[in-house]
This record gives sequence, C-alpha cells and structure tokens, in this order.
Amino acid sequence: MPVIEVNGLTKTYGGRTVVDGVSFTVEEGEIFGILGPNGAGKTTTVECVEGLRSPDAGTVRVAGLDPVADHDRVTLLLGAQLQESELQAKITVREALELYSAFHPRPADWRPLAERLGLVERLDTRFAKLSGGQKQRLFIALALVGDPRVVVLDELTTGLDPRARRDTWRLIEDVRDSGVTVLLVTHFMEEAQRLCDRVAVIDKGRVAALDTPAGLIGRTAASTIVSFTPSRPLDEHELAALPDVNSVTRKGDRVHLGGSDETVNALLSLLARHRVTAGQLRVTDATLDDAFLDLTTPATAPTTATTDREEA
Amino acid sequence: MADTTAPAPAAPGASAAVLRTEARLFLREPAALFWIVAFPSLLLTVLGLVPPFREPSEDLGGLRVIDLYVPVAVLLSTVVAGVQVLPNTLTGYRERGILRRLSTTPVRPRALLTAQLALHGATVLVSVVLALAVGRLAFGVALPEQPLGYLLALVLTAFAGLALGATVSALSRTVKIAQTIGTIVFFPAMFTAGVWVPVQTMPDLLRRIVELSPFGAASQALDRAAAGEWPAWTHLGLTGLWALLLTCVAIRWFRWE
Repeated sequence: MPVIEVNGLTKTYGGRTVVDGVSFTVEEGEIFGILGPNGAGKTTTVECVEGLRSPDAGTVRVAGLDPVADHDRVTLLLGAQLQESELQAKITVREALELYSAFHPRPADWRPLAERLGLVERLDTRFAKLSGGQKQRLFIALALVGDPRVVVLDELTTGLDPRARRDTWRLIEDVRDSGVTVLLVTHFMEEAQRLCDRVAVIDKGRVAALDTPAGLIGRTAASTIVSFTPSRPLDEHELAALPDVNSVTRKGDRVHLGGSDETVNALLSLLARHRVTAGQLRVTDATLDDAFLDLTTPATAPTTATTDREEA
Repeated sequence: MADTTAPAPAAPGASAAVLRTEARLFLREPAALFWIVAFPSLLLTVLGLVPPFREPSEDLGGLRVIDLYVPVAVLLSTVVAGVQVLPNTLTGYRERGILRRLSTTPVRPRALLTAQLALHGATVLVSVVLALAVGRLAFGVALPEQPLGYLLALVLTAFAGLALGATVSALSRTVKIAQTIGTIVFFPAMFTAGVWVPVQTMPDLLRRIVELSPFGAASQALDRAAAGEWPAWTHLGLTGLWALLLTCVAIRWFRWE
C-alpha cells in the first residue's frame, strides 16, 4: 500500500502555476526522490505533503490522511526537515532534541540519534554557534526524533562537506532499512542515484519522468558514451551511420560518440575494418546528470552541456 | 482510507515543554529582562533620590511626585515588554522559520505564541512587584489600597500592552520593520503612560485626550485603585476595549510565515 499518494496536485501563486498536475505514489519503505531544477516546484510539492500548504486542486494523502484536514495526525507520523528554517538562536542542541522529543507520545531515543549524527560533542552548544553542517544534522535529528513512518528531507545535504554528505547518505539508508519511508528533495544527481529507489523528475511544475535511477539513465538518448583518439581520421558519415548513434562530436583529435552498447560493438568492428587503432579508448555509462539534462528544459538559452548533443 | 493505527494527536505535556524551553531561553536575554524588570524601578529610584520629588505638593493634592511615578513605572514595564521586546521575538520567530518548523510537528505554532505572551505577562508582573516594593520600602509609597481593583486594572493593562505588541508583530514582515514600528509606537506609549508628565498632572484637555489611549486609561485606573477607590468603569472599560480591539487586529493580520 502506498504511504504517500499525490494525485493531480496543482498550486498557483498569484496567477503563476508552480505545481501543475503532479501525481506520484510512494511505497512504504522506499526512498523516493524528487529531482528538478531550481524553481521547478519541488519544495511546494513536498510542502503540500507536509500539510504546510493546501493544494488548489488535486489530492494528497499520507497514510490515507489529508495532511491539511488531519494535520495533527499527519504530524505524528511524518517528520520533516525544511529548507531555510532555523531554531531559536540560544537553544542548545540538547534542549532542541529534548523539546522535539516531548512533542511525540512515543519518541525515539535522541541520544543514539545524536551520536549517529555526530552531535554528541555539540549537545551544549547553542544553535547560533553551530556550523552549517551541524545545523543541518540537527534538523535531520529533529525530523527523526518522533520515530516517524515517513520522513521528508528537503535539500538535506546542502551545506555539508563531502564526508558529512556520505555519512548522511549512510544514515538515510539505515533509516530506510529500519522501515521508514523517505521522501527526498534534491538537486544532487549523485545523491539521487546513490540513494533513491525511484525518482520523479519535476520540471516546470510537471512530472517529466518517474522511474528508477537506472531506468531514467537507460531512457536517455545516449546511455553509453565512448571516446577515443583514432590513429587516422575517420569519415564522420560512417560514424554517424553506426547503430543507435545520436551524437558525434570532435574535440581536437578526440572523437566522442553517444549511443548504446550496440554502438560500441559496431564501432569496434568499423575500426578493425579500417585498421584504425583507438587511442585512449573510454566507454562510460551515462549518469543521472545526462538523463536529467535530457528530461528538463534549460531555464535560459541552451547551455554548453546540451549543445554537444544537439549537433547530432 | 483512514489509517486506524494512527496514534491520537498531541503528546501530553507538549505545550508545557514549549513553555519550559521558552522560559529558559527568555532568561538568556539579559537585555530584555533589564529593560522590562529593572529599568522601571531604576527610574523610580533615580526620581526618588531627587529631594523635591519626595515633598508633598499642594498642586498634587498633597501627594508627592514619587507617589505618581509608581504607576508610571508599572506602565513603563508593560510598554517595554509589549512594544519593544515582544514584537521582536515574535517577528523573529516568524522570519526565521521557527513557527513554520513547528507547524510540521504535533505542536501548533500557537503554543509558542501563547508561551511568549505568558512569559512576557509574568515578567511584567515581576517588574510590578519590584516597583511596588521599591516604592514602598525606599520611599514610603503606600501600597495599592484597593488591591482587587488594582489587580484588575493591572491584568487589563498587561493584556492591552501584549496585544499591542502582537499587533506590531502582525503588521511587520521583518524584525527590522517591527523594530521601526516599535520605536515609533514607543514614544507616544511612554507619553500617554505619563513617563514625562504623569497623566494626573496633565492639563485638563490633554488629560481627557490621553485618557482615551490604552495606557492613559490604564494610568487613571491604576491611580484610583492605588488611592483606595474602585477604578472608574470608563477607564477599565477603555483599557479592556483597547485590549480586545488590538487582539482582534493581531489575530486578523498575524501571519505564521
């Protein structure tokens, strides 16, 4: 049974439709990612799930409850980490954890949580004196301290250094393994690829794609990229005629081909036929980054990242 | 489909936990505590040290200046708490997303607001007790002779002062705006409370006008109760009416985010 159901969600601010008919369901126990460029409507969508905003159209259900009408009940089973929200400047980490524990009839023990998040040395530090990363980790702890069934994390690793980010990812996986459903808003591809079971890509208020990270990558025009330096120049038309090819670009002597596994096989036999050797041959899988760029429209004129592909 | 396993809302004692935490945080604001609790009594002490202010005056109907300044100190504490401290705290809580964060927990942000109002009210009460004690012990100012009437006037005054603060916060989008509005309101509020010229010694016409303001009316009510009379219902009524009106404005315009 899905624990979060969003159906035809629409939200308009001052005549501007920020969320336009978004639908998705999140199954119990999965990490579901919401990915999208800035201003795509990600945060507004999860704010409707958290019951902070009421939809203009469509329905949102969390464990079958309406987050606005049944707000009190939903807050008991949903923990939230918000973007750009602070605590009282002079509250200590310990006081904040104790306070938020007191909100719940059956809270999790905050001590192991603080330990897991590396906050033990900071228990007596006031909020205003914490570093950005420490604040972020405290917010994650506060979202989890109520022992929720669902936790919504909005841009959770923003402001964390790479090590803290990886530690946080492990924590989120532990949280999921303990049976908690995670709804994750992010613009980090690596984070989505590493953590999410499924991802909804939101662009301009609509769901542009919804799939597993691997599925999204597989859908991109070029799921495999091969690059090499030929020992002799090759005929561009022959390269473009290879199966599944969708882009051929040259940077100096180096040739980049976007395509599939088929392309790679055909390329190798083409090179053998012409007795051309391929220097520094590299075959890489496309990443979620590539999928993301394919699925979302740039806010301004095409960026350099997309022009490569458009030459094909 | 409703989930029947969903636990019943609200942990018992959650609002108490908010109040406890806010009380602890309030004690970490020495500047706010100084201006609300110590400053009015300090002003009273300074004035009391001026010898002529301790002499009975025929113009004041046999009272001394210091006698008139005890209610002024009481009102001053309410003005500082309501106009200077409360709006900054509330607006800051909103501006920094603290109220919003609380909206995602089983505790409504209302609990935080209630806690803040209660704490400011309690702090004003401490200040009042201190001012009365300083007046009585240091300068022999008689304690209110109509304690019940005094208490009623005091409660209405604090109510009006805090409602004024909540209104300032409701109308201010940012802490900067709250500070600016607070400062603009602060001086007329102090004037009508009689900080410069006690309301009772104001020229007739001016007094009649000032009596219509929340603190002017409160000043008259406190003065009568201190003298042993039951405060005039017009003064109590006006203070109460202001409190009610400002509360409605605050509730109508207050934004949680």
